[in-house]
Amino acid sequence: MNQTLFLIPLFPLIGFLLNGLFLGRLNKKLISLIACGSVGLSFIVGLKMFFQLISLPENTRAIEEILFTWIPSGEFVVSFGYLFDPLSAIMVLVVSGVGFLIHVYSVGYMHDDPGYGRYFTYLNLFIFAMLTLVLANNYLLMFVGWEGVGLCSYLLIGFWFEKKSASDAGKKAFIVNRIGDFGFILGLFIIFWNVRSLDYNEVFVRAPEVFALGGGLITAATLLLFLGATGKSAQIPLYVWLPDAMEGPTPVSALIHAATMVTAGVYMIARSNVLFMLAPSTMTVVAIVGIATALLAATIALAQNDIKRVLAYSTISQLGYMFTACGVAAFAAGIFHLMTHAFFKALLFLGSGSVIHALAGQQDMRYMGGLKRHMKTTYVTFFIATLAIAGIPGLSGFFSKDEILWKAFSSNQGSIWIWLVALFTALMTAFYMFRLVFLTFYGQERMDHHTKEHLHESPKMMTVPLSILAVLSIIGGYVGIPHILGGGNQFEKFLEPVMKGVHHGGEEHALASSGHSAGTELTLMFGSVALILVSIYLSYYLYVKNVALVGRLRNSVSGIHKIIYGKFFIDELYNAIIIRPLVGGSLFLWKIVDVVLIDGVLNGLAILIGDVSLGARKMQSGQLRRYATVFLAGVVIIIGYFALR
Amino acid sequence: MGLDILTLVTFFPLLGIILLLFVPKTQVGSIRAIAIIIAFITLLLSFVMYSLFDPFANGMQFEINIPWITAFGINYHVGIDGISLLLIMLTTILSLIAIISSWSAITTGIKGYYISLLLLETGMIGVFVALDLFLFYVFWEAMLIPMYFLIGVWGGPRKIYAAIKFVLFTMFGSLLMLVALLYLYFMYHSYSGEYSFDLLKMYQMPIPMGAQTYLFMAFALAFAIKVPIWPFHTWLPDAHVEAPTAGSVILAGVLLKMGTYGFVRICLPLFPQATLEFVPLISILAIIGIIYGALVSMVQRDVKSLIAFSSVSHLGFVMLGMMALNVQGLEGSVIQMINHGISTGALFLLVGMIYERRHTRMIADFGGLSKSMPVFSTFFMIVALSSIGLPLTNGFVGEFLILLGTFKANTLYAVLASIGVILAACYMLWMLQRVIFGKITNVANENLHDLSGREKLVLIPLIILIFWIGIYPKPFFIRMEPAVKNILHLMQKSGKEKAQNFEELKFYMDGSKASEYTFKPDGE
Repeated sequence: MNQTLFLIPLFPLIGFLLNGLFLGRLNKKLISLIACGSVGLSFIVGLKMFFQLISLPENTRAIEEILFTWIPSGEFVVSFGYLFDPLSAIMVLVVSGVGFLIHVYSVGYMHDDPGYGRYFTYLNLFIFAMLTLVLANNYLLMFVGWEGVGLCSYLLIGFWFEKKSASDAGKKAFIVNRIGDFGFILGLFIIFWNVRSLDYNEVFVRAPEVFALGGGLITAATLLLFLGATGKSAQIPLYVWLPDAMEGPTPVSALIHAATMVTAGVYMIARSNVLFMLAPSTMTVVAIVGIATALLAATIALAQNDIKRVLAYSTISQLGYMFTACGVAAFAAGIFHLMTHAFFKALLFLGSGSVIHALAGQQDMRYMGGLKRHMKTTYVTFFIATLAIAGIPGLSGFFSKDEILWKAFSSNQGSIWIWLVALFTALMTAFYMFRLVFLTFYGQERMDHHTKEHLHESPKMMTVPLSILAVLSIIGGYVGIPHILGGGNQFEKFLEPVMKGVHHGGEEHALASSGHSAGTELTLMFGSVALILVSIYLSYYLYVKNVALVGRLRNSVSGIHKIIYGKFFIDELYNAIIIRPLVGGSLFLWKIVDVVLIDGVLNGLAILIGDVSLGARKMQSGQLRRYATVFLAGVVIIIGYFALR
Repeated sequence: MGLDILTLVTFFPLLGIILLLFVPKTQVGSIRAIAIIIAFITLLLSFVMYSLFDPFANGMQFEINIPWITAFGINYHVGIDGISLLLIMLTTILSLIAIISSWSAITTGIKGYYISLLLLETGMIGVFVALDLFLFYVFWEAMLIPMYFLIGVWGGPRKIYAAIKFVLFTMFGSLLMLVALLYLYFMYHSYSGEYSFDLLKMYQMPIPMGAQTYLFMAFALAFAIKVPIWPFHTWLPDAHVEAPTAGSVILAGVLLKMGTYGFVRICLPLFPQATLEFVPLISILAIIGIIYGALVSMVQRDVKSLIAFSSVSHLGFVMLGMMALNVQGLEGSVIQMINHGISTGALFLLVGMIYERRHTRMIADFGGLSKSMPVFSTFFMIVALSSIGLPLTNGFVGEFLILLGTFKANTLYAVLASIGVILAACYMLWMLQRVIFGKITNVANENLHDLSGREKLVLIPLIILIFWIGIYPKPFFIRMEPAVKNILHLMQKSGKEKAQNFEELKFYMDGSKASEYTFKPDGE
């Protein structure tokens, strides 16, 4: 078999090494050529492999390559091996495709940054790690990518390391993710010691044999894996790092903190669908955490003024959607939304980057407005992405979001409550996204005079990727047109071989098994679209037509607004109950336990011995009379002892 | 009989000492050159030894056993298995690096300094090759003297306090070990009618449970102080902070491994049942060490004491993995000994490099070094990340296997220890942030010159090893596997003869809860 799979992650690795080792010695053109070229090559190989894959019969669609044995320790043997199946194929194409566009965009965006070379070095390393994550054929190698993307995220959030807030945010991201990884690793231990392997093939075949359905072990293992996912994919309770991650350059936010890395948790759960399906209670937890996160983050997004923060909370919210899908056993729908979200959210972030670029670094929407006149391409593409995320029919987001809503309603694991919250979240999403559009592109130009004079559309290097992503945001959904609208949901079908945990019962399965009629599905679909339109109009009314009303409204609910604007003060809570006690306790351990207690005892012992010796020394006084006295006393005592015995 | 490779590697540094004795102390250049050349040749010899080593053979290799003090049955008995092989390689590499790194750091008493370092190298290798307990003890103690001088003469402001503390702690432990050693010696005589300190012979001797417990305690205390296991660790931060850079590198890199090596080579196979009895105690102390070390690291103000406390945490992992008593745990433990030597050694080198420039190690005095010293910062970051166990660096392989093995032996232990992995990220990243990130607030940090060629030369081999062990550790695992299995086998075998309930012991070995196994002292 010709081995080409390893080339996919190899190209960015080479790019990383070239740019990293010759850091500062290459000119910008060469740096960008290496960086973009390597990712582009990965995409091309990925595409070639994709066509190779679909030429295979459906049930044999998996290409595996083992490179070498990584860790051999007794019966524990893990290899460096790659697996290319429908799921990893989609992930590879999304990561390298969107990644390539963002690389190109970055050439324009980062052009004047003194850390240009360093930036692309990190970015290539990220792509390498992310591709390793999605291509790994076993959990441990996935974990390599998992931590690797975390490292790159850390490095890129703190890219402008001279800013304290940036390095703080990077550190926070890494540590919060480590908490998740703690769960991930423990989950792997349970899997390994029961299945005796970490290879997907063996785990998924043997898991149903060794784990009882709904048993404690598998529930614990999946919950621990899910803890890992909440870290990486910013879900409750570990979502707090993602909003701060916006300290990084905007293309980084687009690539890592929207399109790819943060979706790793969703990928991992979809990949582990066999395991999760064995643990119904975990599935419930996943669904509830997902939907709760979606709701919470959407609420926070309503009141933020920083354009990137709104998008960050929106990302958290959309990720919550994907988890909800996984939680109701609609893994394919989750991955579907992952893909369309990668397109439109990357576009939204890049568009906001274009705006920020034009406004010389301004991120506060209160100082924007009226930009559509100055930035045609940015505006149009941004608007398309907004339509997509809002779920307007015909655009990609509609298909994937509707699929999730429907599955939340109809699936055996779903419930009407989840559906209701999901719908409500969708309405809020449409509202805050249009609020963002209106505040940024419509209305008065609120920036200062100097900035206003320098308003400009971004260079081609940036607008071309925007346009391509806009096209993808529109057409990306047509691979998964639901049955009800006359499509075959090709996307779901393509993923079917990977979703071994889910029982497939043919085309009508989703309808038949849950006893819902086609009528219900259509009603819900049109109903939700109608409500979304209302929500958009409301946003229009408040932020374009009757701006004064917003201020009055805000004042009338100023308490609630404060709480939402303050993000429910979760950061402050964590700070008070975890971080401060930890540091205080550590100081106690050091200053009291170490210095006073342990060393105190030891030094005390030393002093005691010294004192005793000092006392004993006095006997050696050198005075003859005293020696004689002691001698006499001794003689008397000994004689007395024998005499009186 | 010609010179065998083990003897050559062990005593070659002594040749350097003899040479140095004839060089006038004013000829600084020649002294340095001789020390470097000797250490380099020793390294080459150890490479020869590595290439001659048969990775698949069972038992000791390059064994030499000749009478030394015949009146007491003391032999010059040396030999190595995969575990000692790796530790010797670590020793020869770090010794050379320590010697090169002292080039500009040490300016007084240069002759005595290099003599001490070379003497130390022989002592360390000797401990790893000795198979005669008396010989082991001689090397063990011989190591102490040069280290005492390194800290006490070339150390920082509180060097005398630190040096004496170090010696007293270690002496206290080794005296108990001496007593235990003699007890074993006489016990072996009554068992076989022969006076001998031979470790391999003693492996075959059944030891009654009661005696095992006391002997284990005596040896374990000596080793525990050396490791150091919490709460015997307080000599370590003082010794590190005061020691010169090379001293810290050797101390953290190799000396601490003497303790863990002692456990593996002596305690586990000689006193298997006592070991099993002490598994819970040592594991819990190890876990306390892991978490305690990490927490205390977090609030340190001196980079060196931060790294010293992080060593307490890392060595906790080594002990915990060992106490899992299964292949994964023990192999993880051994590879982590090597890893800690590489990563922590490199960290101390890096701290030494900025100390030479700034004459301070206080975290608060730094900040923004990425700007003025980008190469240094890159190295610092890579090493720090390896120290916190990022995948594809050495630290991950060790920590993962340790936790994997521990998880099998005792789930709760593994869960608690895993918290240490989170905390490690906290203290390391926080330190990194304050040292290399941020704005330059102190003008003294503005115009620091970046790493010199010599400094890079010292670091690059360690960086290569960090990634080598992280990506392709197979060669190391292959070589240690027979040794590790042999030790577990010895424990099982001896358990078979001794334990009345072998099935339970075997059950334990395969990894279940230690508490499920109760001992019945035999011979009663």
